[in-house]
Amino acid sequence: MSEIAEKVKSIIVDKLGVEPSEVTPEASFTNDLGADSLDTVELIMEFEKEFNVSIPDDQAENIGTVGQAISYLEEHAK
Amino acid sequence: MALRRVVVTGLGAITPLGSTVADYWEGLRQGVSGADIITRFDASKFKTRFACEVKGYSPDTYFDRKEGRKMDLFTQFAVIASDEAIRDAGLEGNVDKDRVGVIWGSGIGGLRTFQEECIAFAKGDGTPRFNPFFIPKMIADSASGNISIKNGFRGPNFITTSACASSSDSIVAALNYIRAGMADVVVTGGSEAAITEAGIGGFNAIKAMSERNDDPQSASRPYDKDRDGFVLGEGAGALILEAYEHAVARGAKIYAEVLGGGLSSDAYHITAPDPTGEGVVLVMQNALRDAGIGPEAVDYINTHGTSTPLGDGAEVKAIQKVFGDYAYKLNISSTKSMTGHLLGGAGGIEAVASVLAIQHGIIPPTINHVTDDPELDAGLNFTFNKAQTREVNVAVSNTFGFGGHNTSVVFGKLRD
Repeated sequence: MSEIAEKVKSIIVDKLGVEPSEVTPEASFTNDLGADSLDTVELIMEFEKEFNVSIPDDQAENIGTVGQAISYLEEHAK
Repeated sequence: MALRRVVVTGLGAITPLGSTVADYWEGLRQGVSGADIITRFDASKFKTRFACEVKGYSPDTYFDRKEGRKMDLFTQFAVIASDEAIRDAGLEGNVDKDRVGVIWGSGIGGLRTFQEECIAFAKGDGTPRFNPFFIPKMIADSASGNISIKNGFRGPNFITTSACASSSDSIVAALNYIRAGMADVVVTGGSEAAITEAGIGGFNAIKAMSERNDDPQSASRPYDKDRDGFVLGEGAGALILEAYEHAVARGAKIYAEVLGGGLSSDAYHITAPDPTGEGVVLVMQNALRDAGIGPEAVDYINTHGTSTPLGDGAEVKAIQKVFGDYAYKLNISSTKSMTGHLLGGAGGIEAVASVLAIQHGIIPPTINHVTDDPELDAGLNFTFNKAQTREVNVAVSNTFGFGGHNTSVVFGKLRD
């Protein structure tokens, strides 16, 4: 697993209070990991802070799973 | 339509004296001070460096990490105290949740949340990065919202804000909603958690708070000649108010009856009490009239008594005006001498203390009395330093808030 993937996973575990084993690439924040709309906003903000990126709202809407977050950040992280 | 009678069927508390009703009452009975050096932040540069904190508190004891993180401390206290009261009243599985309301009190709301988010913004480059939980954590009604969400109570739900009278106002509102048939059960009380840089600094600026840093435990000394201001406290007090017939029908244990509530305003100054005490006279008269009792029915007044030079005197003067010579036969005490001043949470924990005084026949003391104040009538019984035994048929709980809000709640032993 890439360094980015590891960091993404640990942010999700921290913010959503889930077990690391639940954080699979296919896992959906809302359907599988118990996030509500506010949790999702907070996750995106944490990714922005951790990886020093700015994720526009229209792209944030397409980040709904762990895998989608990892690939977006692997592409855009500075 | 006749108004319905309302009784207390559950109690909850998390206070500087203890984190359950039992521990709170034990502290009150023993005359323990909840004051100590502030641990919630580094207060070394503040004029006041002590407060009455809830001791050894960790949210992890009560909440999973994700749940706790989304609540300001004042809401955590609200949920903890109301959980205890709900369990105590045996509500779970025994009531129609559409008929259960939550009417809570808080004077400020999520002060620490507000402070932290603003500091984080100010430290940045001007780009807004506010947390999505900032607003839902900060707003004062998040306390009543979270209590209802956790328990599925779908009745009336709101918060009352009237500074230090907030949670007496919530209790009076709960009483009247049940009387009028708008709910059968209401979770009420109040909470506050303002021991933050902004809270301590702000109250220091008003010069309302004690600066007795060399002896925190003796700083809250209502009615003592050398009192120099209130001591800030934190925590929550919760009561389950219930229609009498409803409580009897489900076989609930009944602590006391809520006989009435009175409201008034000083219409005088935003922080200073009216030295004539006229608003306070009016509020006690209103409360007794609402309760349908005369002054001589009252045994105990749990006073607002914050330990400020002006406020304590005005309240005592008002008591003497309302009760006349009978005032000498009353027990008067300020439990703030032990708990500190919980601001919008004060009415909640003091209502709990008043109900327990009725239940146990014990008047909790006004501790830290050393020197009589020549301005106050020494013939009055302030229950100084040691609890007193007395059958309490009726107890009155007074609270007054910045803005000139005055509220009195009258509790009585249940009679048939």
